[in-house]
Amino acid sequence: MSLIGVLAILLILPLFLPEYYIAIGIEIFVMALFALSFNLLFGYTGLLSFGHAAFFGTGAYACALTLKHISSSVFLGLLGGIILSSIVALIIGFFCVRFTRMYFVMLTVAFGELVYNIGHKWVSLTGGDDGLVGIPISPLRFLFLPPFNLVKLSNYYYFTFVCVGVSIFIIWRIVNSHFGYVLRAIHENSERVKFVGLEVRRHQLLSFTISGLFAGLAGALLTVFEGMVSPASLYFTVSAEPILMSILGGTRFFFGPIVGAALFIIIKDAIQTLTEFWMVWMGAILVMIVIFLPGGVVGFLHSRFLISFSKSRIR
Amino acid sequence: MLLFLLASGLTLIFGVLRIINFAHGSLYMLGAYLTYTICRIFPNYWVAFLFAPILVAFSAGLIEFLFLRPLYKREHEYQLLLLYGFLLILDDLVKMAYGAAFKIIPQPPSLQGSIQIMGREFPKYSLFIIILGPIVALGLWYLFDQTQMGKKIRAASFDREAANALGINVPFLYTAVFMFGSWLGGIGGAVAGPLRAASPGMGLEIIIMSFAVVIIGGLGSFWGALLGSILVGEVLAFGILILPKFVIIIPYIVMVLFFLLKPQGLFGKGRV
Amino acid sequence: MSLLEIENLCKSFGKLAAINGVNLKVDQGILTSVIGPNGAGKTTLFNLVSGYLLPDRGNIRLKGEDITGSQSYEIVKKGISRSFQITNIFPDLSVLDNIRVGLIAQFKKNFDLFHSISSSEHILKEALNIIESVGLGDRRHYKASILSHGERKILEFGLAITTNPIMMLLDEPTAGMNKEETDNTVNLIKKISKEKGITVVLTEHDIDLVFSISDRIVVLNQGELIAEGAPKEIKANPLVKKAYLGED
Repeated sequence: MSLIGVLAILLILPLFLPEYYIAIGIEIFVMALFALSFNLLFGYTGLLSFGHAAFFGTGAYACALTLKHISSSVFLGLLGGIILSSIVALIIGFFCVRFTRMYFVMLTVAFGELVYNIGHKWVSLTGGDDGLVGIPISPLRFLFLPPFNLVKLSNYYYFTFVCVGVSIFIIWRIVNSHFGYVLRAIHENSERVKFVGLEVRRHQLLSFTISGLFAGLAGALLTVFEGMVSPASLYFTVSAEPILMSILGGTRFFFGPIVGAALFIIIKDAIQTLTEFWMVWMGAILVMIVIFLPGGVVGFLHSRFLISFSKSRIR
Repeated sequence: MLLFLLASGLTLIFGVLRIINFAHGSLYMLGAYLTYTICRIFPNYWVAFLFAPILVAFSAGLIEFLFLRPLYKREHEYQLLLLYGFLLILDDLVKMAYGAAFKIIPQPPSLQGSIQIMGREFPKYSLFIIILGPIVALGLWYLFDQTQMGKKIRAASFDREAANALGINVPFLYTAVFMFGSWLGGIGGAVAGPLRAASPGMGLEIIIMSFAVVIIGGLGSFWGALLGSILVGEVLAFGILILPKFVIIIPYIVMVLFFLLKPQGLFGKGRV
Repeated sequence: MSLLEIENLCKSFGKLAAINGVNLKVDQGILTSVIGPNGAGKTTLFNLVSGYLLPDRGNIRLKGEDITGSQSYEIVKKGISRSFQITNIFPDLSVLDNIRVGLIAQFKKNFDLFHSISSSEHILKEALNIIESVGLGDRRHYKASILSHGERKILEFGLAITTNPIMMLLDEPTAGMNKEETDNTVNLIKKISKEKGITVVLTEHDIDLVFSISDRIVVLNQGELIAEGAPKEIKANPLVKKAYLGED
């Protein structure tokens, strides 16, 4: 099947690609997870969060701090990232789900700014503008296998591939579960969901928290990759990235955000080799897609060629 | 007061069209840059003050008419995303046209220097901005509370279909309101220029704080926007004395508190 | 003790008193129709009982338990379900999925994050049962939005059944239907309410229909209850005639 083919290709790539492209591959994996986490909230539950950098950045910082002060084991670093980003998502989500649509969006923006400013100004903890550098990363030791050095790029590529792959599988299970169906129903008609006896807010909050959890994992993976973290990962523009990626790929399909992340990074990279002004092109692409291709690239392919994405179609 | 000029435009657009104009900060920035350019051609600041906001309003009108209108039947979130797309486009266009360096805009000679009031020195230009705020607020109040046009706009904001049935040309109204709100943002930019210089990041810097002001004041209310911007201004001014490093967080905390205790803000109405 | 007791219920919108001191008792098994001219407050009454709106004053009791001011999802869990005048279903889900969502709630599987929905055999079986019994069997895989108006109203009714209610509030269940659809729907309502022991309260504009199926009729006008009783009594009631036809 085509999925296995794609996976096989992805596994072989590091063997013959130059380092620059392996790095891009890692970036795509990380951002695909980030975009997927965002779309759980947007495409499935119907809530637009413009402040997801808060979870991504929190995961990144928590991972960095864990690696620096507690243990240089990557697993613990990632765990630290996940735990803190989930807690932050739970708190922020608790307030945000009490409000509808536009107010929800504005509140996510506000919280995003709040977290950014905390991260930026709490210099003693986060290193302020400079962030944290020189983060120690020990090689992975798993049972009896030889130590797996994560600093080597192709090794980290495989590590990220596995982490992101497992996450994608978990998210896939969640969206196709009973809970996932409730989320879709909430997106379609939240009033009606109340009238079948479900408390909508609680489900939205759980969706929000899960979304924040995986966004935090993405941030943590990036920290390990870069060996450093800075307030840039909390900034408002980072919040826009998973949104752009999901819209580009298509929010109504499970794999949309993943395709979107890959396209976004590749296009951005391509534009940046020609000009420093990539935002104007991204903005133009966003405008075109919103008006003409609301289903994104995957949506467009689906409707034109009726490729059987039917099982992964949200609605 | 700068915050007020921006917040008033934002709150107006939200009140009538029910969308958050993410591109508002970029239009403000456009106002500042256009002021710079016009000042280079006609060295009279007031010419720029007059024409820059009009040009901004015109650009906004184009955006609304060509790109936003087709989306009105769709979910609001997509309109939001479209406007964010224009934020990206405008921010980069400005960088392409003017470069990344700050562009200094000279203050008009009539407003240079300072005045003595009650024994303290006040820069004339700052006074100008401070006075401009309430004048604009008054003008807005008059326009929306006292005129027929204002009443029509308020009707359309409550119920688009009913207003349509009453013969009000709703699409035209939406465009007009969007242009007017952007015009206010453009004035903000024209006024901010001599004070802060035109820079590519100025839109983003101020827009999120403007959101906070709008929320605190109540979405859709001008007096709320005015009071909110004064409140935020005072909080920032005092905050600098007490907690200089964390001062910028305070408006957001105030906003969150408002969301918790009085989500309609100071003067807002309607469901949250 | 009646199944549902409404005591001195009041709700105003600004200066307009939509419901003004309504007292009503509905006994188990008695099919009650609420009628009245447009604007009488029928839908508002339903909205108040189902928790969609908060009353200004008054009490609502279900099986003796006070449910005034409870949230809609709580009231559904306590046993009152409703259908809506303007169809309120999940348009992009299939008929089957529409019903399954309701059953997920009923079977308390809404927080199951790992098992796929098709793995729940009992939910599928029950869903198919419901779909068959309302007559939408051959439409079960269709997206709800492409159903005809009448079929959508039936789906609406089916959704109301999924919560295993003891009482159903049906807001104009046959609105917009032709004669055949109306007859089918009426038979369906009678059959299902009897099979599952559900007490039905409905509102309708079709007066002949109301007279033919109701055990009891309640008449509202301008937010007040002006008459109640058996269909024969209501037919003869002069106040009712005045409300509908104006001054004679």
